[in-house]
Amino acid sequence: MARILSILVGLFFTVALAWSFGKGAYQEITEPAAATAEHEFHLHPKEVRFASDGAFGKFDRQQLQRGFQVYKEVCAVCHALRHVAFRDLAALGYNDAEVKAIAKGFQVPVYNNGTGEVETREGVATDYFPPVLYAGQGTPPDLSLMAKARHDGPAYVYSLLTGYQDQPAELLKKFPDSKTPDGLHYNPYFANLNLAMPPPLTGEGQVTYSDGTKATVDQMAKDVSAFLIWTAEPKLEKRKQTGWPVLGFLLFATILGYMSYRNIWAGKKH
Amino acid sequence: MSFPWAKEYTPSHPFMQWMDQRLPLPRLVYNAVGGGYPVPRNLNYFWNFGFLAALCLGLQIVTGIVMAMHYAANTQVAFDTIEQTVRDVNWGWMMRYAHANGASAFFVVIYIHIFRGFFYGSYKAPREMVWLLGVVIFLLMMATAFMGYVLPWGQMSFWGAKVITGLFGAIPFVGEPLQQWLLGGFAPDNAALNRFFSLHYLLPFVIVGVVILHIWALHIPGSSNPTGVEVKSESDTVPFYPYYVAKDGWAIGVFAILFCAALFFFPNALGHPDNYIPANPMSTPAHIVPEWYFWPFYAILRAFTQDFFFIPAKLMGVLAMFGAILVWFFLPWLDRSPVRSGSFRPLYRKFFFFGLIPAMAVLFYCGGAPAEEPYVMLSQIAALYYFAHFLIVIPIVSAIEKPDPLPFSITESVLGHDEGAKLRPAHGATEAVHGDV
Repeated sequence: MARILSILVGLFFTVALAWSFGKGAYQEITEPAAATAEHEFHLHPKEVRFASDGAFGKFDRQQLQRGFQVYKEVCAVCHALRHVAFRDLAALGYNDAEVKAIAKGFQVPVYNNGTGEVETREGVATDYFPPVLYAGQGTPPDLSLMAKARHDGPAYVYSLLTGYQDQPAELLKKFPDSKTPDGLHYNPYFANLNLAMPPPLTGEGQVTYSDGTKATVDQMAKDVSAFLIWTAEPKLEKRKQTGWPVLGFLLFATILGYMSYRNIWAGKKH
Repeated sequence: MSFPWAKEYTPSHPFMQWMDQRLPLPRLVYNAVGGGYPVPRNLNYFWNFGFLAALCLGLQIVTGIVMAMHYAANTQVAFDTIEQTVRDVNWGWMMRYAHANGASAFFVVIYIHIFRGFFYGSYKAPREMVWLLGVVIFLLMMATAFMGYVLPWGQMSFWGAKVITGLFGAIPFVGEPLQQWLLGGFAPDNAALNRFFSLHYLLPFVIVGVVILHIWALHIPGSSNPTGVEVKSESDTVPFYPYYVAKDGWAIGVFAILFCAALFFFPNALGHPDNYIPANPMSTPAHIVPEWYFWPFYAILRAFTQDFFFIPAKLMGVLAMFGAILVWFFLPWLDRSPVRSGSFRPLYRKFFFFGLIPAMAVLFYCGGAPAEEPYVMLSQIAALYYFAHFLIVIPIVSAIEKPDPLPFSITESVLGHDEGAKLRPAHGATEAVHGDV
């Protein structure tokens, strides 16, 4: 009886699934899903290496400073960095005076209890990067976690910054309705191909690096991506450096554990 | 309980004797995981996963309590408090990654533990209660993990909560009010986040309680073993301490190495990048997917794309998703084969390795993939097999299968002979032992 009941319940689910499968397959044959421009022209991020990659990766502090400079002079016009405090910048190799000077360069909002107005004052080291009020259309996302908030984040940021191009003729031929709308910019690394952000890195020498590195678009894009790896996870280096001694200890302990296991079970067939 | 040859706890120190007469807690421990618990000598490494699961539960509770010290269950600040923990709390990053990856490790271990049970027939008499309590633990784990994933209040937290609580909306008549009652609103918001935090803190201790019952129920008949032949004499067993303490000990070392490698070098590999974007009710992610350990059941949910007679597709999916786990409760009565271990069941073994395992693999893969072809069709085929396996294949196989000859005893399977076996049947009379499990 139980067996018959169970087979009946089993048939209920399997027939329902077969029904779904059959109708889905029929639909797939008679009217296959139309290809979309996003599907065919979207590109995965380019291959790019950073000093912080790999199990032994360390930040290249010189590069982080350059990346910070690109953020400050280019990105910060529209994008905030709200999870990062100025004091955190000491990790990039800036000394106390430099951190204070950087903080001073930002205006942070303060609520005046007397007047009820929101005023601004010069930043201090304990402040966080202030919110950025963007006047245009759309909401430029906060960049603090960007390197972790996209698949293959750092390579994605780099690819996006260097990926602006004219819409391929092939795309327009195949999908005439998919012309990039006015005010948007074609970028195959962006999920739906058309991005509101205009190309931020426009040409060589847009920033002047104090360490003499040539500020090509490629270099700036790499540097700011490296910087965003750091903002997304300031403890990345410490994490990797902690991992090795931990694994070393565990390996040692496991070998001892294995030896004591062999010792205890010696002569006991199992 | 236990076997007549189980060693008795005999404290030698006067304090331990004094203690034993007043609160025999050391005696309890000795009989549970000490020299007083005889265990089959032939357990393979799949039997280490119960101990590892307990370790994972402990790890989650410890890291979780520390995380809760720095967390605030408020939609305005929840996301930021997690970031603050990671950035500014001493070793906060390690606690957070250990807790997030600890959930994954727990599920890896528990899935192996459950599938060990499937293959070796651990659910069969007299261990039905152990199995039922285990399924209860698994359901509690799923609820706990789901609510835990909502707490950081990222995009996947929010939309995952919306999708999963939306499932209750598929229940006829009471669905919508029930969903609103569960959430404390029309969509996941502060009320939902607060209750999820409260329950996420509570449920692990409920799990501890059920784990104690699970182990208690296990200790009545004692552990199962790879041959599925019950313990017959003292030579079939070894005391848990020191034998299995040593074996579990070094298995913990291997587990810890793998876990720490993930924790320190790939802590975000199993997470979804969208959960590093703060929750935004106005922006739906392109693909809403739960954490990987829910993928098989998520694939089953999404496999029902068509209404079935008068039952809407969504309700069908919800029924199937819960049914896929509830069917495990009936397993001891669906599988009527007197032979316990898959090692001696040629037909069952084939369906296990060439049916259930590939179907689960496909469901895992498709549950994490976008809801488009060919993933939907693949998951429909795999889900079809999944239900057929438990509800049709197992009852029929257990009726028609001719099992391989079983060893007389554990000792015989290990040593090739068993001197203590007085009831040993004559050669050629192996048929007689089939029922003797």
